[in-house]
Amino acid sequence: MIDFIRQPWPWYFSGFMIVLIMLMLIFWGKSFGFSSNLRTICSMAGAGKKVKFFDFNWKAQQWNLLFLLGSIIGGWISAQFLSNPNELQLSANTVAELKGLGIHFNGALNPDELFSLGALSSPKTWLLLLAGGILVGFGSRYAGGCTSGHAISGLSNLQLPSLIAVIGFFIGGLLMTWLILPFIL
Amino acid sequence: MKSIKYILAGILFGIVMIKSEAVSWFRIYEMFRFQSFQMYGIIGTAVVLGAISVFLIKKMNWKDASQLPIVFKDKERPYTRYLIGGTIFGLGWALTGACPGPMFVNLGYGYLTMAIVIIGALLGTFLYGLIKDKLPH
Repeated sequence: MIDFIRQPWPWYFSGFMIVLIMLMLIFWGKSFGFSSNLRTICSMAGAGKKVKFFDFNWKAQQWNLLFLLGSIIGGWISAQFLSNPNELQLSANTVAELKGLGIHFNGALNPDELFSLGALSSPKTWLLLLAGGILVGFGSRYAGGCTSGHAISGLSNLQLPSLIAVIGFFIGGLLMTWLILPFIL
Repeated sequence: MKSIKYILAGILFGIVMIKSEAVSWFRIYEMFRFQSFQMYGIIGTAVVLGAISVFLIKKMNWKDASQLPIVFKDKERPYTRYLIGGTIFGLGWALTGACPGPMFVNLGYGYLTMAIVIIGALLGTFLYGLIKDKLPH
């Protein structure tokens, strides 16, 4: 059993589990949308005193912060007990291309060149991670949601705005991957 | 005690994100290069099953756990914000390989450098709040 869980899960099972989580939250009278937490945290930190956008009753969002806390714990549990003993099965083309960009495929989830503690000795790493985070935070609030809120919850409810947002996610993602990453990595 | 269930749901979410490899920078790069079906399969399955579930919930007028009707809010028009905001989000998603959920899951998994991405995301959110009235929506 544990061996089965330690394997990477097939896409259809993963997709099913994501819907299950969305339905649990719906059944509890909530909705599945992760990036709202970023706004809530800004509000908790007192941003509401300066900026109206953050002046709301963040306590009503406590359930989502608990979900966030759980997701960190879930990541930790996965690392301790459920991590894949084998290398990630990345497509050979991707591995070869990344090599050309100076990113070595290490078999793990994320490249050392960007995410190892050692990479922090280069100011460029700080800049890329911080800038990427800013784009995600700014963009998700501007678009009114992220992958969970738009691509999963919104598309499930057949919302045209969510489809437009997801098309935007892809325009941005393709621009970054095809045109920008080759210059900045 | 009522709140424990949200922590448990979050734990399940974190495990699903790791086991599906949707938190992987490599997988996101591979997706945007169209070199694997994995991520499309995950999102596609979730959307199809999700749409069927939402349709049934509406059709059958299902109630939630506190016996209240389940309502799905429609997203507001106009659409400019979704396209521009979505594009900005996509740039960051492909750069860091992480959307908001996976940032925190990765941090828990042991990628401590994700804290920098999270700080960036909070700054970006704050920046949006600061200048939102000047932006086209």
